[in-house]
Amino acid sequence: MNTVIFKSASTYLLPLLLLFSVFILLRGHYLPGGGFVGGLIASIAFIIHSAANGLEQTRSILKFHPGVLLLAGLTVALFSGISPMFIGEPFMKGLWFENPVPVIGMIGSALFFDIGVYLVVVGVTLTIIFTITETI
Amino acid sequence: MELLLVFIIGLLYGAGVYMILRRSLVKLIIGLILMGNGANLLIFLLGRIVKGNPPLINSDANILGEIYADPIPQALILTAIVISFGLQSFAIILVKRAYKVVGTDDLDEMNATDEDL
Amino acid sequence: MAIAILLLFFWKKKNAQKLISVLGNLISVGIAIWLFYIVWENGIYFTQAGDWDAPYGIPIVADTLSAVMVLLTGICGLAVSVFSVGSVRNARVNFGYFPILHFLLMGLNGAFLTGDIFNLYVWFEVIIISSFVLLTIGGEKSQIEGSIKYVTMNLLASSIFLTAIAILYGLTGSLNMADLSLKVAALENRGLVNVTAFLFFVGFGIKSAVFPLYFWLPASYHTPPPAISAIFGGLLTKVGVYALFRIFSLIFIPDEFLLNLICTVAALTIFSGAVGALTQINLRKIFSYLIICHIGFMIAGLGMFTELAITGAIFYMIHDIIVKTNLFMSAGLIFKIKGTYNIKKLGGLYAAYPKLTLLMAIPLFSLVGIPPLSGFWAKIYLIDAGFQLKNYALVGFIILGSFLTLFVIAKVWSEVFWKESEELTAKEWVRYFKDLKPLKQKAIIIPILFLGLVSLYIGFGAEHIITVSSRIAHELLHTEPYIKTILQK
Repeated sequence: MNTVIFKSASTYLLPLLLLFSVFILLRGHYLPGGGFVGGLIASIAFIIHSAANGLEQTRSILKFHPGVLLLAGLTVALFSGISPMFIGEPFMKGLWFENPVPVIGMIGSALFFDIGVYLVVVGVTLTIIFTITETI
Repeated sequence: MELLLVFIIGLLYGAGVYMILRRSLVKLIIGLILMGNGANLLIFLLGRIVKGNPPLINSDANILGEIYADPIPQALILTAIVISFGLQSFAIILVKRAYKVVGTDDLDEMNATDEDL
Repeated sequence: MAIAILLLFFWKKKNAQKLISVLGNLISVGIAIWLFYIVWENGIYFTQAGDWDAPYGIPIVADTLSAVMVLLTGICGLAVSVFSVGSVRNARVNFGYFPILHFLLMGLNGAFLTGDIFNLYVWFEVIIISSFVLLTIGGEKSQIEGSIKYVTMNLLASSIFLTAIAILYGLTGSLNMADLSLKVAALENRGLVNVTAFLFFVGFGIKSAVFPLYFWLPASYHTPPPAISAIFGGLLTKVGVYALFRIFSLIFIPDEFLLNLICTVAALTIFSGAVGALTQINLRKIFSYLIICHIGFMIAGLGMFTELAITGAIFYMIHDIIVKTNLFMSAGLIFKIKGTYNIKKLGGLYAAYPKLTLLMAIPLFSLVGIPPLSGFWAKIYLIDAGFQLKNYALVGFIILGSFLTLFVIAKVWSEVFWKESEELTAKEWVRYFKDLKPLKQKAIIIPILFLGLVSLYIGFGAEHIITVSSRIAHELLHTEPYIKTILQK
C-alpha cells in the first residue's frame, strides 16, 4: 500500500470524503442519506488515510481517541431523544424549529439525533478498525 | 425475482449451517455471517418486493398514492446489519485473541473450561 | 409521568467511577419501585416512542410482570455494582467495566419494558453484546474459551430469533406484540404459525438454557469474575424465560402439542441440570447446573399453563433471580477467602468465619426451599398445579429435582463449611479477602447481606409475593386489557 499515487490521492480524498459525508448527513430525513451512511463514509475517509499513511499519521490527524466521538455522539443522541420529554411530549417525538435555516433547511430534534448517530458510527468503526489494525 | 431470492436464502442458510458445524473457529464465524445475511434477505423477501416509490406523503395529499415500498423491512434489515456488524467484528477479534492465547483454532482442543481452579 | 420511566433506559452512559455506578443503581431502584407502584395502582402503563400510534410506533409497556422484572433488575444491579466495587480489579475497571455493566442493565430493562418484538430483538442484542464484553474482559485462557462457546450459541440464537421475526412479519405485517396477538389468532395457515412458534421457542430456549440447548452455560458461566457471573446467573437466563412467557401467553397461545413439548423439555431440563450439578466439584459449575435445573421449574410452570402453575413459576422466577445472584456472589466471597472453587479442597469455613457462614446459608437454603425460606412456596404452587392437571410425571420430576438440589446443597454445605480444612498453598495471583481494605471487605459482604434479607422477605412475606405473582399470572392469561390499552380500542 505504499504507492505514491495512493498516498497523494488519500491526502486529497480525506477532506473531500468528509465533506461528502456531512452532505449525506444533512441530506437525510427526506432523501436517501442520514447519520449512519454519513458516519460510514467519514470513517472510510479515515481508514483510507490510515491504509496509505499508517495508523500513527491518522491518529495525529484525529488528535483524540475515537472513543471520545462515541461518547459525544451518545450524549447528543440521548439528549435529542429526551428533550421532548421536558415539554411533556413522549420520548423521541420529533420537534422542529419554526423557521428554516439557510443551507441546512429545517432543523429538528431528528437532525440532532442523526448527528449523534453519525458521531457514534465514526467512533465505533474507527475504534474497531484501529484495534484490529494494531494487533495485526 | 422472488424465486431467485428463495434459492439464495436457502443456499445461505445451508452454507451457514454447514460452516457452523465445522470445527474451525474461523469457519464458524463465516457460518454465522452467512446465516445472518440469510435472515436479512428473508426479512426482505417476506416484506413483499414491489417496485415502488419511497413511502412519503406529498404535502397536498393525505394518504399514500402510488405503489410504495414498505419501509419497515428496510428499517429492520438496516438495524440487523448494524447489529451484526458490531457482533461480527467483536467475534473476529475474540477469535484472534483466542488463537493467540490458546494457540489453535480447533474447537475440539479448547478444554480449559473443564479444568479445575 | 413518562419522563422518569424513560430515564430508566438511558440513565448514565459514561460513568467510570464506582461511586457514580452505585448511585446510579440506587436511583434506578428508586425509579423501579416507583414504576412498580404506579403499575400496581393504575394498571398497565405505557407510552409510545416518537408519538407514533400503535401498531406503527414502538410502544414501551409496563404491566405487572415487566414492572416486577425491572424492580428485580434494579435490586440485583445495585447489589452487583456494590459487590464489584469490592471485588473487581482495577485493570478491569479501566477497561470500562462499569459503563458496560450499565449497558447490560439498560438492555435488560429495555427488554422487559418493550412492547415490540423487533425492539425486543434489539434489546437482546444490546444485552448479549455487553455480556460478551463483560465475559471477555481480563482475557484469561479459560475465559476466552468459555466466551467463544457463549458467543457462538448466542449468535446462533439471535439469527434464529431474527428468522422467526422475519416469518412472523411476512405472515402478519406487524411487529407490535398486542397487534400480533390479534393477527396471529386470526391466521389460517396454522402450520406456519406453529413453525414460527417453534423457532421462537428454540431461539429463547438457547438463551434461557433449556434442555437440550444448555451446553454453553456450564462451559462459560464459571469463567468470568464472580461479580459478572452473579449478574449473568441471576438475570441473563431469566430474560429468555421472560420472553418465553411473554411470547407464549400473548402471541402464540400454545396448543396441546406445544404444551406437551414444553412440559417434556422442562422435565428433562430439571433432570439434566440436577444430575449435572451432582457430578461437578467446581463450586460455580455446580451453581451453573443448578441454574439449568431451576430454569426447568419455570418452564414447567409455563408448560402446565394454568393460572396456578404460572403463579408458581413467576414466584419461582422472583425468588430465583435474587437467590442465584446471591449464590454466585457468595461463591466469589468463598474464592476470595480460600483461593479455590474446588469443593474437595475447600473446608472449615464454619470454624473460621461463623458469621459469614450464616450469611451464606440464607441463599443456599432458600434455593433448596426449606419451608420458611423463599424457594418453598413456589414449589408448593407448582406441585399443586401439577396435581390439579393430573400431570404426575412432571410433578415427579419437580420433586426429584428438588431432592437432588437438596442433596447437592447438602454436599456443598458439608464439603465447604463443615469439613476439616486443609492447608492450601497461597496463590500469587489471587488477592485474598483478608488482605483487602476494610471498605472493600464491606463492599463484598453488604450486597450478600442485602440480597439475603430480600430473599428472607420473599420467604416470610410470601403472601405479598403470591398476590403479585397471581396478579401477573392473571394478566398473562387474560391479555385483553393489555391489547386494549396498547391499541387504544
